[in-house]
Amino acid sequence: MADSLPTEFDVVIIGTGLPESILAAACSRSGQRVLHLDSRSYYGGNWASFSFSGLLSWLKECQQDSDVVEESTGSWQDLIHDTEEAITLRTKDGSIRHTEVFCYAGQDTDDNTEEVDAVQKNPSSVTSSTSTDPLGSACLSEETHSSATSHEMPAKDTPKSDGEVSLEVTDAEDTLAKEKHCGDETWTHTVSEGVKDENKPVEEDNTDQPKRNRVTYSQIVKEGRRFNIDLVSKLLYSQGLLIDLLIKSNVSRYAEFKNVTRILAFREGKVEQVPCSRADVFNSKELTMVEKRILMKFLTFCLDYEQHPDQYQAFVQCSFSEYLQTKKLTPNLQHFVLHSIAMTESSCSTIDGLKATKNFLRCLGRFGNTPFLFPLYGQGEIPQCFCRMCAVFGGIYCLRHKVQCLVVDKESGRCKAIIDHLGQRISAKYFIVEDSYLSEETCSNVQYKQISRAVLITDQSILKADSDQQISILVVPPVESGTCAVRVTELCSSTMTCMKDTYLVHLTCSSSKTAREDLESVVKKLFTPYTETEIDKEELTKPRLLWALYFNMRDSSEISRSSYNGLPSNVYVCSGPDCGLGSEHAVKQAETLFQEIFPNEEFCPPPPNPEDIIFDGDDKQPEAPGTNNIIMAKVDSSEGRRNLESPGKHLQN
Amino acid sequence: MHGRLKVKTSEEQAEAKRLEREQKLKLYQSATQTVFQKRQAGELDESVLELTSQILGANPDFATLWNCRREVLQRLEAQKSPEELAALVKTELGFLESCLRVNPKSYGTWHHRCWLLGRLPEPNWARELELCARFLEVDERNFHCWDYRRFVATQAAVPPAEELAFTDSLITRNFSNYSSWHYRSCLLPQLHPQPDTGPQGRLPEDVLLKELELVQNAFFTDPNDQSAWFYHRWLLGRADPQDALRCLHVSRDEACLTVSFSRPVLVGSGTETLLLMVDESPLAVEWRTPDGRTRPSHVWLCDLPAASLNDQLPQHTFHVIWTAGEAQKECVLLKGRQEGWCRDSATDAQLFRCELSVEKSTVLQSELESCKELQELEPENKWCLLTIILLMRALDPLLYEKETLQYFQTLKAVDPMRAAYLDDLRSKFLLENSVLKMEYAEVRVLHLGHKDLTVLCHLEQLLLVTHLDLSHNRLRALPPALAALRCLEVLQANDNAIESLDGVTSLPRLQELSLCNNRLRQPAVLQPLAACPRLVLLHLQGNPLCHAVGASEHLAELLPAVNSILT
Repeated sequence: MADSLPTEFDVVIIGTGLPESILAAACSRSGQRVLHLDSRSYYGGNWASFSFSGLLSWLKECQQDSDVVEESTGSWQDLIHDTEEAITLRTKDGSIRHTEVFCYAGQDTDDNTEEVDAVQKNPSSVTSSTSTDPLGSACLSEETHSSATSHEMPAKDTPKSDGEVSLEVTDAEDTLAKEKHCGDETWTHTVSEGVKDENKPVEEDNTDQPKRNRVTYSQIVKEGRRFNIDLVSKLLYSQGLLIDLLIKSNVSRYAEFKNVTRILAFREGKVEQVPCSRADVFNSKELTMVEKRILMKFLTFCLDYEQHPDQYQAFVQCSFSEYLQTKKLTPNLQHFVLHSIAMTESSCSTIDGLKATKNFLRCLGRFGNTPFLFPLYGQGEIPQCFCRMCAVFGGIYCLRHKVQCLVVDKESGRCKAIIDHLGQRISAKYFIVEDSYLSEETCSNVQYKQISRAVLITDQSILKADSDQQISILVVPPVESGTCAVRVTELCSSTMTCMKDTYLVHLTCSSSKTAREDLESVVKKLFTPYTETEIDKEELTKPRLLWALYFNMRDSSEISRSSYNGLPSNVYVCSGPDCGLGSEHAVKQAETLFQEIFPNEEFCPPPPNPEDIIFDGDDKQPEAPGTNNIIMAKVDSSEGRRNLESPGKHLQN
Repeated sequence: MHGRLKVKTSEEQAEAKRLEREQKLKLYQSATQTVFQKRQAGELDESVLELTSQILGANPDFATLWNCRREVLQRLEAQKSPEELAALVKTELGFLESCLRVNPKSYGTWHHRCWLLGRLPEPNWARELELCARFLEVDERNFHCWDYRRFVATQAAVPPAEELAFTDSLITRNFSNYSSWHYRSCLLPQLHPQPDTGPQGRLPEDVLLKELELVQNAFFTDPNDQSAWFYHRWLLGRADPQDALRCLHVSRDEACLTVSFSRPVLVGSGTETLLLMVDESPLAVEWRTPDGRTRPSHVWLCDLPAASLNDQLPQHTFHVIWTAGEAQKECVLLKGRQEGWCRDSATDAQLFRCELSVEKSTVLQSELESCKELQELEPENKWCLLTIILLMRALDPLLYEKETLQYFQTLKAVDPMRAAYLDDLRSKFLLENSVLKMEYAEVRVLHLGHKDLTVLCHLEQLLLVTHLDLSHNRLRALPPALAALRCLEVLQANDNAIESLDGVTSLPRLQELSLCNNRLRQPAVLQPLAACPRLVLLHLQGNPLCHAVGASEHLAELLPAVNSILT
C-alpha cells in the first residue's frame, strides 16, 4: 500500500485547496514529478463542497476538539538523521470555528430519515485510512495511482438517479437513525431563538396543504446528495484570472458552468433586480427613461474611465459614494452602482470604485447578461479539476494521508523530505504547504483575519421571477458604519447544489464577531424562520428558512511569508480562501509561487493537440506512469472535446 | 526530461497540415469532376446525391451542385415509392441542416431548403420554425434565416401575433436588431388592419403608443443605436400621401395646359394614363414634360388646339382625370382672360407632412418632449437632433422654423460627415416654409434670397410663380425641374455658385434673368436660354465667361433674341 508510493518527487504539495491544486497542475504540466497529499478524506480543504450528509460529518469533525491526541508519533523520530531536524505539521485543522446549526424544517412522522446511515458511513473518523468510503465522495484510496483514478473523481460519481440513493436507504437501521437525531440535537442550538418548532407535535402539519411546497428536514436528509454545499461562496468573473486560466490550460473541459442570472440589490427593505447590462436597462420596468440614459451613460464612461480623467480627477480624494452623488445619478442608481455593480464599501475611493465598476462591466456579456459564472456541482469542483489535470500529467494523489513533519537539512537549511503518518520518508526538491497544515509554533506570530459564513436552505427565492431557476447575487450594505457589507449568493436547484424546491443561500462577510452575530441580522431581513403554525397567517412575502449553518473560517490570504517562523526557503505556503467574490487571489498566488519556484517555465500552458503528441517507443521513459499518462492525456483530451465547448459557445454575445 | 510530452514542432505540424489539405483538394476536385460528368451523361441517380453531399458538406456555397441535386430529386420523385421518398426527404433535411451549420449564411442552402419544403405534401412547419429560432439564437441578425422564417411563417400561416411575440423575445435579448424591428413593422399593420377610410398602414393609437414606448426604451438606453431610430421614424410616419392632382393651369397665350401631380409619374406608360375633357368632350393630346425629357416628372403639359381656347364661349372647362391615381381636377378659362388655374390651397399638411403622418399631434408633441429630454442628456446625439427636427416640422414648420435652424447648426457641428446632406435637407425645409408663406399671402412672388440654399426642390409647387428671387445662396445649378415654372417672368439668381442652367429652358414667359456673380465659365452653358422665347434682359456680370475674348460676340450669336446681354 503506502510503501508502493515512490520515495522521490520533485514537488510535494500538502493540501488540495485551489491554489495548491493549480500549482499541482502547473508543476505536473511542466514535467515535475508531483505528489499531492491531503490529510482530509475529500478534495479542496476549505474550498470543498459537500452533500448534506457530508456537511454534517464535516461539522462533526470541526467540533471535535482540535487537538486529538496523536497516536504513536515515536516511530518517525528515528527517520531523522543527526544532520537533520524536523518541523512538525499540524494534524488537525483549526481553521473553522463557531459552527452553529439551526433546523427549522419540520420532521415528518411517516418519513424515516433514512439517508442517515450515509452520515454515519461518511468518513468522519480520520484515523481509519484503510476503510473504503461508501459515499464515494473523495475516495481515492492511497494505493491507487493518479491517472487511473483521476477519472473517478468525485465530480463524476455524484449519483444522479434516485434509484442509487434508495439502494442505500434500504440498508438503514433504526438505531442509526436515532443516533443521528441525538447527534443533530447536540449541534442544534438549544431552543433559544427561532427553533420553536423543534418539539412541536408533527401531526399538525399533515392537515393543511398550503400552496407552498413544504420541504421537511427528512426530505433534505433523504435528498442530501442533491446538495453540493460550498464552504466558500465564490463566483467566477467571466473575464477574471480563473476563467482565463481554466480556458488557457484547458482545465475548463472538466467543469460546466452556469451564468449567474441576476444581480440584486437590497434597498429600503426590498429586494430588487439591478439592471446592469444593456439588455437589462432596456427591459427594466422600474427605471424611468431618463434614469436609463443616465445609468447607461455613467456605465459607458466607466468602461474606459481612464480615457476621461477630466470627469473624475477632481474627485480622486473623495469616496466613491461622494463621487457618485455628483454624477446626477438618482439615489437608487447610486445604490445600484455602489453596492451591486462596484460591490464596494461606501468608503472606497473614487478610483477603486471606478476600477471595480469597470471590472464588472468588462465581464458582462462574455457568457451572458451578468459578469459571473457559477460551476455546476459547486465551487468545490474547481480545485478537483486542476487536480485532475495534474493527475493526467502524472501527478500522484493521496487523500487521507497525513504528514508528520518536514525534514530539514541543518547545514543547507533546506527541506529535504517529508515523513508521512505511515512513517515513510519521501524526498523532494520543493514543498508547498497550505497554511492550515502549519503548526502553531510555526504560526505563532501570525495574525489571522476571519470570514463569517452562513449557509441557508430556503424554500423560495428572495426575489420571485418568471423562472424559479435563478442564480442571484446580492450585496446587503452595512446598516451601521464600521461593519461589513454582506454578500448573499442564492443558488437554485439547476446549479446542482440543492434539491428541487429549495434554494441554497450563502452569506459571506469578513468577520467582526462570530458568524452568527455578523450575519443573523441580514438573515432576518431576508427570510423568516419556517414555522408550521404561522403558515396561513403570515403574508408569505419572504422565503422561509428550512435550515441554517453559521461558521467562521480563517482567512489566511493576507499573511506574508515572513510571518511564519523558521520555514526553509524551499517550503512555500499557500493560503486558504479569502473573503473576495472571485478567486483572483488564489490564482495570483499560485502563479507567483510557480514563477518563484520555476522561473523559466510557462504557467499552465495549453496542452498539445492529441494529434501532435509523438509516441516514441525508443525513447526511454524513466517511469511507467509517465508513459501511461501520455496515453491518458490523449484519450482524455479527445473525450473532453465536447465539454470543451462549454465556455466558448456562449461567447457570441 | 521525465513526463515531458513530445510534441511535433511547428514545421512538422505545418507540413502535416499541408499534406492533409492537398489530399482534401484532390478528393474535392475529383468528386466535382465526376458529378459534372454524370450530369452531362444524364445519370441523375443517388450516387450524384452522395457525391454532391460530400462536396457541399465542405463548401455549401457551390450553387451549381445544389441545382444538380434538385434535378436528381425531381427525377427520383417520379421513380420512388412514397416511403422511400419520405426517407429521402428526411435525409435531405438533415443534410441541409448540417450544411447550415458549416455556413449559416449560405444562399444556396437556404434556397434549397425553401425549394424542398415547398414541394413536400405535408411539410413540418413547426420544426422549421424551431430551426429558425435556433439559428437566430446563434446569430440574431442572420438575415438569410430571417428571410426563411418569413417564408415559413407565411407558408404555415403562423398568426402574426405569435411572430410578433417572437420579435419581442429577440428584442428583449438585444435590441440592436434591424431585422426584428423590421419584422415588427411588417406584422403590426397585419395585426391591426385599419378601416378603409384611414390611410394605409397606420396603427391604432394604443398600439402606436406602446410601440413608441418600447422604442424609446431602446434609444434612451443606447441613443447611438440606429435600428431603434429607424423604427421610430417608421412608427411616426410611413403612410404614403394619397395620389392627387395638385394643380391645373391653362394659358391662352401659350395654348398650353399644365398639370402638376402629387408624385412623379410617367404619363403614357402602362397604367399612368391621363384623360383630358375639354368642355366635357374628350380631347386627345400629346403629353410632354417641361424640359422635354421622357422620365417620371411631377409636371406634365400639353398643347391645346386653338378651337378649345377661342373666345366664342363665355368659358372653357378643362377636366383632367388621372386613372391610376383615381384623381381628377377641373379648371376654367374665362372669356377675355389670359390664363386660368385650379389648385389645392396648399396647406402644410397636404404638402409636406407626409414624412411624419401621425394623426394626433399630441402624440407628436409628447415624442418631441421625450426627444428634447434626451437631447439635454445627450446634446451631441445626431439621431436625437434629427428626430427633433423632423418632429418639429411635422408639428408646425413655421412656428418652429427658428428653432429648427438652430438644431441644424448643432447637428452639422456634431456630424460633419453628413454636412452636405444636412444642408440639402435644410434647404428643402426652408423652401417648404417659403412656399407655405407664399400660399398664405396668396401672391405669386417668391423670395428665397439669403437662405444658404444648396439645392432647389419642390419646384413643381411653384407652377404659378411669376417672380422668383434666388439670390445670395449657395446654389450650384438651376436644375431641369425649374422648367416647371411655366409662369415665371423674372428670375434673379445673383451671387450663387451656379455653373449650369439646364432648367432655364422653354420658360415661355421668362423676360428677365439675372445671373451676376456666379460661376458660368463657357458661353455654351447658356445654350438652354435660347429656348426661352421672351427673354430680353440677361445680366451676366461677374462671371468667368465675361473675361473670355469675344464673349459678347459669342453670346449674341448664341442668343440672338435677347436684347441686352450685360457682361
